[in-house]
Amino acid sequence: MQRSLFAQQPSVLIFISLLAIFTIVITVLSEGFGLGLVSTSFVKILGKTLCLCLIAIAMDLVWGYCGILSLGHFAFFGLGGYMIGMWLMYERTKDIVIASLASAELPPTAEEIREGIGTQIFGVVGGAEIPVVWYFADSLFAQLALVVLVPGLLALVFGWLAFRSRVTGVYLSILTQAMTLALSLYLFQNDSGLRGNNGLSGLQNLPGLTDVPQSVVSVWFFLASALALGLGYLLAAWVVSGKFGNVIRAIRDDETRIRFMGYPVEAYKLVVFTLTAVIAAIAGALYYPQAGIINPAEIAPIASIYLAVWVAIGGRGRLYGAVIGAATVSLLSSWFTGGQAPSIPLGFYTINWVDWWQVLLGLGFVLVTLFMPKGIGGLFDRLVRKDAA
Amino acid sequence: MLRFACLLIAAMVCLAPAHAQEGGLNALLETHRAKIEKPSRTTISPVLEDLVDSQLPSVAVFLENWREKGVWQRRSDGRFFFVKPADGDEVMLIDVDTGADAGLADRSELSNLNPNSGVRAVIAAALVQFQLSDPDPARRLQALTALARDANQSHLSILREAIEAETDPDIKARKERLERLLTIRFGSDSANRVAAIESFAGDPGVDARAALNPLVATSIKVFDATPEGVNVARLLTPGSDIEPEVAYQLLVDAGKARPIVPLSERKRALIANIQDGAVADIPVADLVTQEARDRAYLALAAAGAVPPLVSREEQRSAVAAHVFAEIYSEPDPALTTAARQTLSDISGTVGFYRFISLALDGLSLASIYFLAAIGLAITFGVMGVINMAHGEFIMIGAYTGYVVQQFIPNYTASILVALPLAFAVAFMAGVALERLVIRHLAHRPLETLLATFGISIALQQIAKNIFGTQARPLTSPSWLDGAWALNDVVSVSYIRIAIFVLAVVFMGLLLFILKRTRLGLEIRAVTQNPRMASSMGINPDRINMMTFGLGSGIAGIAGVAIGLFAKVTSELGSGYIVQSFMTVVVGGVGNIWGTLAGAGMIGSLQKVIEFFNPSNTLAAQTYMIIFIIIFIQFRPKGIIALKGRAAGD
Amino acid sequence: MKFTTKLQIAGAAALITSSVLTHSAYAQEETIKVGVLHSLSGTMAISETTLKETMEMLIAQQNAKGGVLGKQLEAVVVDPASDWPLFAEKARELMTVQNVDVMFGCWTSVSRKSVLPVIEELNGLLFYPVQYEGEESSKNVFYTGAAPNQQAIPATDYFLEELGVEKFALLGTDYVYPRTTNKILEQYLKDKGIAAEDIFVNYTPFGHSDWSKIVADVVALGADGKKVGVISTINGDANIGFYKELAAAGISADDIPVVAFSVGEEELSGLDTTNLVGHLAAWNYFQSAESPVNAEFIKEWKAFAGEARVTNDPMEAHYIGFNMWVNAVEAAGTTDVDAVRTAMYGQKFPNLTGTEAEMLPNHHLTKPVLIGEIQADGQFSIVSQTEPVPGDAWTDFLPESAVLESDWKELGCGMYNTETKTCVQLNSNY
Repeated sequence: MQRSLFAQQPSVLIFISLLAIFTIVITVLSEGFGLGLVSTSFVKILGKTLCLCLIAIAMDLVWGYCGILSLGHFAFFGLGGYMIGMWLMYERTKDIVIASLASAELPPTAEEIREGIGTQIFGVVGGAEIPVVWYFADSLFAQLALVVLVPGLLALVFGWLAFRSRVTGVYLSILTQAMTLALSLYLFQNDSGLRGNNGLSGLQNLPGLTDVPQSVVSVWFFLASALALGLGYLLAAWVVSGKFGNVIRAIRDDETRIRFMGYPVEAYKLVVFTLTAVIAAIAGALYYPQAGIINPAEIAPIASIYLAVWVAIGGRGRLYGAVIGAATVSLLSSWFTGGQAPSIPLGFYTINWVDWWQVLLGLGFVLVTLFMPKGIGGLFDRLVRKDAA
Repeated sequence: MLRFACLLIAAMVCLAPAHAQEGGLNALLETHRAKIEKPSRTTISPVLEDLVDSQLPSVAVFLENWREKGVWQRRSDGRFFFVKPADGDEVMLIDVDTGADAGLADRSELSNLNPNSGVRAVIAAALVQFQLSDPDPARRLQALTALARDANQSHLSILREAIEAETDPDIKARKERLERLLTIRFGSDSANRVAAIESFAGDPGVDARAALNPLVATSIKVFDATPEGVNVARLLTPGSDIEPEVAYQLLVDAGKARPIVPLSERKRALIANIQDGAVADIPVADLVTQEARDRAYLALAAAGAVPPLVSREEQRSAVAAHVFAEIYSEPDPALTTAARQTLSDISGTVGFYRFISLALDGLSLASIYFLAAIGLAITFGVMGVINMAHGEFIMIGAYTGYVVQQFIPNYTASILVALPLAFAVAFMAGVALERLVIRHLAHRPLETLLATFGISIALQQIAKNIFGTQARPLTSPSWLDGAWALNDVVSVSYIRIAIFVLAVVFMGLLLFILKRTRLGLEIRAVTQNPRMASSMGINPDRINMMTFGLGSGIAGIAGVAIGLFAKVTSELGSGYIVQSFMTVVVGGVGNIWGTLAGAGMIGSLQKVIEFFNPSNTLAAQTYMIIFIIIFIQFRPKGIIALKGRAAGD
Repeated sequence: MKFTTKLQIAGAAALITSSVLTHSAYAQEETIKVGVLHSLSGTMAISETTLKETMEMLIAQQNAKGGVLGKQLEAVVVDPASDWPLFAEKARELMTVQNVDVMFGCWTSVSRKSVLPVIEELNGLLFYPVQYEGEESSKNVFYTGAAPNQQAIPATDYFLEELGVEKFALLGTDYVYPRTTNKILEQYLKDKGIAAEDIFVNYTPFGHSDWSKIVADVVALGADGKKVGVISTINGDANIGFYKELAAAGISADDIPVVAFSVGEEELSGLDTTNLVGHLAAWNYFQSAESPVNAEFIKEWKAFAGEARVTNDPMEAHYIGFNMWVNAVEAAGTTDVDAVRTAMYGQKFPNLTGTEAEMLPNHHLTKPVLIGEIQADGQFSIVSQTEPVPGDAWTDFLPESAVLESDWKELGCGMYNTETKTCVQLNSNY
């Protein structure tokens, strides 16, 4: 299977090799494990970028290959982050509370510890009770399972409802957008039990490993993200290579015809939708411990639209296109907004990139959609074809 | 205000010699200087009483000026003056007593008396007796307003006298109403008060309820036997009317039962009784459960070291041995009965009006959604494309309004200019977008979505670069200030009414264009079947362009309307975009009536959810979106589905 | 906005490359670097850009006076783009890549909570200039804005005593500052004998615009004959719609007064205030405060930023914080964080309202509480001013916080439980 996969898609092998080399180089150069030429903050940035590349692959799978323009995949990404964040926060706080109660005259009861944790975590948002949704928060295993289960179930239920009633095209896009808006509004409420607008913070501190410096932790997460991206890429490549891949591509191109041929279109779409939701959730679970904080603004509808734009720019229907798109746009974006780009004096007016980058970006999308429907990935096609010729 | 203050001063100057009295008001003020300099609601009353009791003719003018922040104090000697402008930085001082000029002074030598609104209300109440029969109706109204805010026993007789002399029927009606309200609160005769209470049956005014509710205020009290000699509202049965724990706590508070030892107290007792690492022979290390701690505490209690716990049985019997009742603080049963009946009558009326108010709120919100979404509905329906930049056309309209106001200072004229101009600007922007981008993406609706999203963020940022991030004011003409109020429950601000009218007008206009004009016929033809339409000689490109322009133009108008009632920022449009999409999708695409139905449903639904959950508006929005998601499952094509190209995908 | 983070992730790619190359060249510092961590884009740019300019002005002034320790100050300005995770990233970058000695920044509580773990890990120093909800004390943060007892509690007292308000509507935007402040106020009001049913609490989303029903609800509160007052922790743009609706409903400040904790001169500058005259705001500073230093400060600010600009409370906080830091560095003779921190305690500096601010061992300032009535020109007329009140990190009005104390000087702990006599934790709770 592996052989045939690589044979069928030579780009997979190239990508995996490049990723491996990149990972090793960064690790060797990092502060935590090597020469210290790459700062911890940059390792974190790279690690986060890898996670974004992973969710871009998921987006490509569901949109580029299956034709479902989901404008809600960041909801799953965020939920994954929330699930792992709950464990990180609960356990870290528990350690603090136990340590502080250790010197009390009476040894603490379990209720007192729980009460202490509740006050610590929810005191800042005006509460003290630990909400029901935190029931499993003390178990890493359970929360890891929830990283997959919660977004997976949400995708399954939502997808089942939507595909069953044959909501397609732009209607589906709007519906997914409504879903992520509803979720973010729900999480914005304090009563949702996930600290409302404040979200979960301090996630970069791993429970029980507070002595390990961030320079080391950042490399761990970088490696984990790289591994996840590699595996995700392989999985996606495998999914799209076989018969399954042919069917979903056919659904993209003409759904009605495939339905008439007897394929359970809804089931295929549901599988792809749920699978990509799970990939997005895993990416999120790796992303937020590196970002340090997750809050509902992260899953506002606009984030998911940007995701679609990355994939469009990188090139739909090719996995490396998604990776290129996500990495390029986020890299450029931060370069321009970080104040590193030189201002252009026009004499009567100075173009300051912090102000004008968004305009450039917006017009860039328009130009890419108009003139480069295959995105940056399309350039590779042309290159390859030239070589062949 | 200033003018009649001056007139009064002039009048006073004439009278001054007759009442000239050494010191007079100035001397009086001097004795109270400290309290006048730093007045507080709680300490100013004696000062005011003194001033009023002095019967000095200048007191009323002084009080009025004081309330209007028109009294100044000279820093050097602490004397109080009125001022009027003089040359440059100087002002002319005016003696507060005689009204005569008292020499020039530099502004920096003076400090303004700045009573806070609490003090101003007390001053206004003291002024009532001077103003209630004033020849100027504006002042009489002022006095009535002050009375409505802050009245006391003494005002009742003054008010009754003033009613007799009142000539203006409106003011007389207000005075009479106020008289009844004050009678309820301060009347001495029970029958009179009951009559006054009953006269308010069915009156939804907040002031009526405000007068009645204090009469029926109750508190829960504990009695050993059936209470007598008090005005009982009702007896409470522990367990059903009152929680047993609450009842027991009342007993404790009344000194009729032993207090329960709270958890924290027990823990402290345990700590205090640690001996050799154990409490009552239970090792401290074992006290890690509440159960073990309770055992240790009981052991201590048995040894008499700590107060024993109150058993549930003891609590129950203590509660059972007493009578709990809600007692009116008003001792007269006739009053409380009448008040209660009148209130229950009022609450029916209020409930009815509240429903109307909710319906109007829903209608108002629906008209805003309708205006924001109708343009989108047209373009979506005719061309099957999603225009993510629709919100930015709304923004363009709002900023157009803002810019117009910079050039035309008259608000009425500026709005009249802004509406067509906003339409024109957004129309042109729409046509440009259609020609430059959307036309080239025909039959690729998803890519249109992305391209227009790109336009959207570019336009937003451009707006930020031009107008800055700060919200810009779009001020409505003064005739749109205020609200239409049926009574204290139902009121709608004129701006919302104007938006509603605008929405109705545009709906009518659109219906006219679509049903009665050549363009409308062609638009409908293209909507239903573009290929057939084009074979009938209709140019779909032109129709698409016109439709897009029309839809965008209406968005521009919506922008002016939204800017008037909220704010103008670069993010104004993006706040409405998802809402608008849902309106269109819920209503059914490409159909004005569908959009109307969608906007009506979303608007009223949001208000209904808010009504049930008033403390959390965010929840209302969440539930509404979830409802919409579910609704679309069952009617994927919206409330009013259309057959044709848009229905095809 | 949030999404930009995602975009910016790879953030300082270029920056890092350059810093990798030039890292060693920075061994000898010629200047003292001051990090400025305020959003210059996104939703919070409205408020935070002003603070960035304030810092630039203060640093320029200090440099004109000869700098600090004989070295010039250098402002390192970054843009966290109103994106909370980006605040953490930029803070780390400032401290490890740019090697700043101190940071001035943040506005929202969530941005501060995002930065906290990073500065505590790297032992940095942050001056936080905005009024906030308290319930926090970090070794590495000096809170130069108001704690609840320096703004919310005195304003509530003013309502109770001066205006005779008996029924309260606590309206807020749904986030941590209003939530915590309202929780404290609810408890405080109950302690003052206000019944629970006389306290109406409502939360609205950011940027809320449909206020008609909420305003109607507030009016209806008056039905039981008690005077109603509104305590508003409504944030930012949403205030405009709220005040417009209030004015349209004909509610004057004499009937239902509104005291706002997040509305200052800057926010009012985009609003026609004729209909709002008499409504209140509580701060530690108003531009209208009469004192020679304030007149001087306003003059310099207008010369620096433009004639139309106004000053506000967080600017004063930065003014005090920056000057105290300068004095502390001079006193310590070094910019080393721990030495400066120790030198900060007890620092005194005249504030702009004519009294003196003192830095307390709990990292809060003593500040006078001012209450102002909005005037037609968008300025405030000060109707009440207290003596300087010491800031309290942990409120006395919530039972779980009342036992906590912060004292970094004597106890060396920001969360000391006075009952169990233990330090709950050395890091802050984020």
